[in-house]
Amino acid sequence: MILGKASIKFDESPYIQSYASVVGKKEGEGPLGGKFDAVIEDPMFGGDSWEDAESRLQAQIAHYTIRKGNFSTENIRYIFAGDLLGQLIATFFGLKDMNIPLFGLYGACSTMGESLSLGAMSVAGGFSECSLCLTSSHFASAEKNFRFPLGYGTQRKFSATWTVTGGGGVILGKKPSKARITGITTGKIVDYGIKDKENMGACMAPAAADTIYQHFSDFSSKPQDYDKIITGDLGYIGQTILIDLMEEKGYDIKSNHMDCGIEIFDKDEQDTHAGASGCGCSASVLCSYVLEQITKGAWKKVLFVPTGALFSPVSSNEGNSIPGIAHAVVIEHA
Amino acid sequence: MPDLSEKQQKEYEEYVKQITPTTSLAKNMFWAFVIGGLICVLGQIILEMFLKAGFGKDNATSCELIILVGLSALTTGLGLYPKLAKYGGAGTLVPITGFANSVASPAIEFKREGQVFGIGTRIFVIAGPVILYGILTSWILGIIYWLGKVLNWW
Repeated sequence: MILGKASIKFDESPYIQSYASVVGKKEGEGPLGGKFDAVIEDPMFGGDSWEDAESRLQAQIAHYTIRKGNFSTENIRYIFAGDLLGQLIATFFGLKDMNIPLFGLYGACSTMGESLSLGAMSVAGGFSECSLCLTSSHFASAEKNFRFPLGYGTQRKFSATWTVTGGGGVILGKKPSKARITGITTGKIVDYGIKDKENMGACMAPAAADTIYQHFSDFSSKPQDYDKIITGDLGYIGQTILIDLMEEKGYDIKSNHMDCGIEIFDKDEQDTHAGASGCGCSASVLCSYVLEQITKGAWKKVLFVPTGALFSPVSSNEGNSIPGIAHAVVIEHA
Repeated sequence: MPDLSEKQQKEYEEYVKQITPTTSLAKNMFWAFVIGGLICVLGQIILEMFLKAGFGKDNATSCELIILVGLSALTTGLGLYPKLAKYGGAGTLVPITGFANSVASPAIEFKREGQVFGIGTRIFVIAGPVILYGILTSWILGIIYWLGKVLNWW
């Protein structure tokens, strides 16, 4: 059912049939370390370049997700996947051997929200029995793609975030399970004119606020209706901004807001500054801690809002600001 | 919530600046001075050693620079230079070791993309502007110097 200006409430909500997360060593040493399906110590994932490493990571996520739910690749009708690299090479090279029809997505770090939204639509609309939604990011391939070579000596600002090496996958289908996606709100591109690429939280927070606000008005809901409102990778600065912006709009989300970028690392012990980022950040936290809580029934209803900073080194060099986007997905215990 | 007007953007930028923690300038300057200074002391020690060994001043300076650049490339490869730069900041950037680091690190990073399109095209991706504008500046200064001589300014 179409709802409000930017939302869908599913008449037949797709169920989460399987989920899995795979992360790197640093993430494994973080506060959520014990919750991931696999922690892989080798930063190269057995590959011979950073891009190859992330491709292998993405393939592993797909395999873990399929295996954990006792599926086989033939059961999957569509894959909705993406990553942060130019031309989505981690996705395309990582998943090319799977032989499954695939939609490649780019929504910066909001991609998990985008893939879950489209995956849920494909299942709920009756166009797919089973859709696999997954994303990944890799610290080193992201640094190489967006910033400096790893060996280059620079100082990171306090507002900078640390790209997560890891990712997660979800299989959506019709078979009843303990968790399901009951609605989505698709985000708009929101540009508050920030140009500082070392403060992604400030670029994305207005987009998160916009989507969450839109969600509340489309669904006529309020913050108290959700056990958690979980953003992707705003980090500490972005979280402060989001809470302030929501307060301006008359909503208090202070008590139930959680940010995956804050949860995954211990910022003092792991020296990650403002938090974590990357498509793998929200995906790996969703497919471990968050879905575990929902499946257990500890959380009944969650608003999952991955956030993306639409940053490109080219547009940035050409003087453009960094717009943000955020996609909201309602996940409920069933 | 459409995009903001210029005034609102300014206000947002101001607000973001307010809530963003900043690094302490005094602390940064202190560590840049200490670590940058130590790199220079190391250079001086190497220079003195070569002078003592009977090298001429020019040769001793060349040897010193080669060793510093070599050390920087080695520590870049071992992943140690970025760790030092985390504290050193400008102190590791300004000496010749910083320049070597900015050349060695892309060489390592882009090696996988091949000798020509990887290392060849990317090796000066950070140092390139320094080289280009360094040469341009010295060329302009050279012209001014030459003009001054012709016109008897000095």
